[in-house]
Amino acid sequence: MRQTRIGRNIWLGIENLLLHKLRSFLTMLGVVFGVGSVVAMLSVGEGASKEALEQIRKLGSNNIIISSMKSAEEEATSTTHSHMSIYGLTYEDYRRLAQSFEDVQQTAPVKLMRRDSRLYDRVIELRVVGTTPEWFELVPREVLAGRVLLKSDQEKYAPVAVLTEFGARKILATESTIGQTVRMGNGQFEVIGIVRSESGQAGNIQIPDQDVDAYIPIEVARRYFGDIFTKRTSSGEEREKIELHQMIVQVDEPKKVEAVAAGIERMLEQFHKKKDYVVSVPLALLKQAEAMKRRFNIVLGSIAGISLLVGGIGIMNIMLASVTERTREIGIRRAIGAKRRQIVYQFLIETVVLSTMGGIIGLGVGALIPFLITYFSGMVTMMTVKGILVPLLISMTIGILFGLYPAVHAAQVDPIVALRHE
Amino acid sequence: MAKQAPASDNQEIVKLVNARKIYQMGTEQVKALAGVNVSFKKGSFWAIMGPSGSGKSTMMNILGCLDRLTSGSYYLAGHDVSQLDDNSLSEYRLRYLGFIFQSFNLIPQLTVQRNIELPLYYLGWDARQSAARAKELAEQVGLADRVGHRPTELSGGQMQRVAIARALANDPQVIFADEPTGNLDSATGEQILELLIKLNRLGKTIIIVTHEPDIAKRAHGRLHMLDGLIDRIEGSYNEAD
Repeated sequence: MRQTRIGRNIWLGIENLLLHKLRSFLTMLGVVFGVGSVVAMLSVGEGASKEALEQIRKLGSNNIIISSMKSAEEEATSTTHSHMSIYGLTYEDYRRLAQSFEDVQQTAPVKLMRRDSRLYDRVIELRVVGTTPEWFELVPREVLAGRVLLKSDQEKYAPVAVLTEFGARKILATESTIGQTVRMGNGQFEVIGIVRSESGQAGNIQIPDQDVDAYIPIEVARRYFGDIFTKRTSSGEEREKIELHQMIVQVDEPKKVEAVAAGIERMLEQFHKKKDYVVSVPLALLKQAEAMKRRFNIVLGSIAGISLLVGGIGIMNIMLASVTERTREIGIRRAIGAKRRQIVYQFLIETVVLSTMGGIIGLGVGALIPFLITYFSGMVTMMTVKGILVPLLISMTIGILFGLYPAVHAAQVDPIVALRHE
Repeated sequence: MAKQAPASDNQEIVKLVNARKIYQMGTEQVKALAGVNVSFKKGSFWAIMGPSGSGKSTMMNILGCLDRLTSGSYYLAGHDVSQLDDNSLSEYRLRYLGFIFQSFNLIPQLTVQRNIELPLYYLGWDARQSAARAKELAEQVGLADRVGHRPTELSGGQMQRVAIARALANDPQVIFADEPTGNLDSATGEQILELLIKLNRLGKTIIIVTHEPDIAKRAHGRLHMLDGLIDRIEGSYNEAD
């Protein structure tokens, strides 16, 4: 009984709104765009935080990345003289680091160089990564074929390489993959495995792996390629000695990451005369990025809130006009025996129907915006149940909030006066 | 003091006892009703007459439970309704009364059927029952083929018939008609009057406000008002019976 009553009231509300289609539509417009912007904002925000989590996963939330960097002074001298600059992390740093921190679970040293690699007539420049088996624990990627580096490869100075899927496809083409011998620089390496890669940026941190990586044991890299690298520049040759390009450190708990990073920083400070290294903590940077995103969301949210407020005021305005216009109808209903409460219900339901319809249309508009954003900018957007229900509830609430005053106003109409109203 | 309409106790459907209605207009007090005693029997047909400002509209509003007395008592079907609040008065209007107005007062955006259904809607009838009742009433007033039309598509006489059907929907004890023929030509007005007389014969108490003597003389009795008091009463229900 009660429910059919509400159903009829809603239907009557819809009928009344359909009488003035254009007016109802224009009235709704504010809510349409308000809700649309809320939906779009939520889905962009949702997509962004999903992406952020994905990036944390790729970087490893417990990791600290230490990279070699030419210090500012070194940069200044190297351009004037033709000499060899020596900088960066050393094997000694690696040994000390691996031994002196209790909370450090494992450490992977990384030596990087780009070398043309060939198999028959196919050539591709690969990034040769000299590292230890720990790499594959710290940068966990799916093994597609064969195996990753092992301690025994290290001990035997085995000239073996693990390629990434992308590089392997380029160079191995149709040949059976595992067991092929690929030439990299001056060395011959046997391909023992292929892993998937996750290239890309996470905030301003480079993800450790790239599409064109070839992982070889670090001792082998040192023996084949040495520590001295020659760069050809416009002004001639530039030589630099770098023992290690990177160290990736894994801490046992996320909450200790920042403290350990500070400790590493202090330790390196003692042994390096110049600041020729950078310690970056992906977790901290991602936290920063998250905080910024939150601020961004608050700004967007307030804008959406304001447009919803404006939409609500628009609805209230029209409903007040409608009450005046329908004073006589109110008088008739009251004379027939409608109670004040019933008049309030009637107008309130009309407003809620109006704002909810606006909300539903806004949902459609709002769903289209993230779709376009994804299509044109490639940003990840995501519609969630929350992202649909929250804007709908907001639009209903707006109907109640901004409908209440006109409805109460309508119920205050004196039937005697109203019946005489022209 | 005011004269009293002859009536026997148990048959009084409407009864005013020393009814006063005073409006405050600025500093001045206007006595719209200055102590009226009157009662109408169930099944009677009364015309209330009088010049403008005589208090006949106030009388109608009070009797129609649209307004409340400043002092005195009003008994509707034996219940004292003079102390009731807005909510309860609405309830009395809904269950006991029907209204017919000079300007018809149909709701323009609703169809004829929906207009007739209106009291049933507030009485909480379900949709199917009220649709059936509305059609039956439309037939009774000779508009069975117009139920789907909107009031704007009807003539004045037809609109007043719809209003009568709507006034009948809740099966009221008393029907108030405020100048029901005022906006109609004389032939159509006559038809509407005939319809009201027919309803009266079927047992409805009818109270009509009019300034047309031709119409008033068809009622059982006429109540002439002047300056918030009953000036004189002509005829009575018993006489006409």
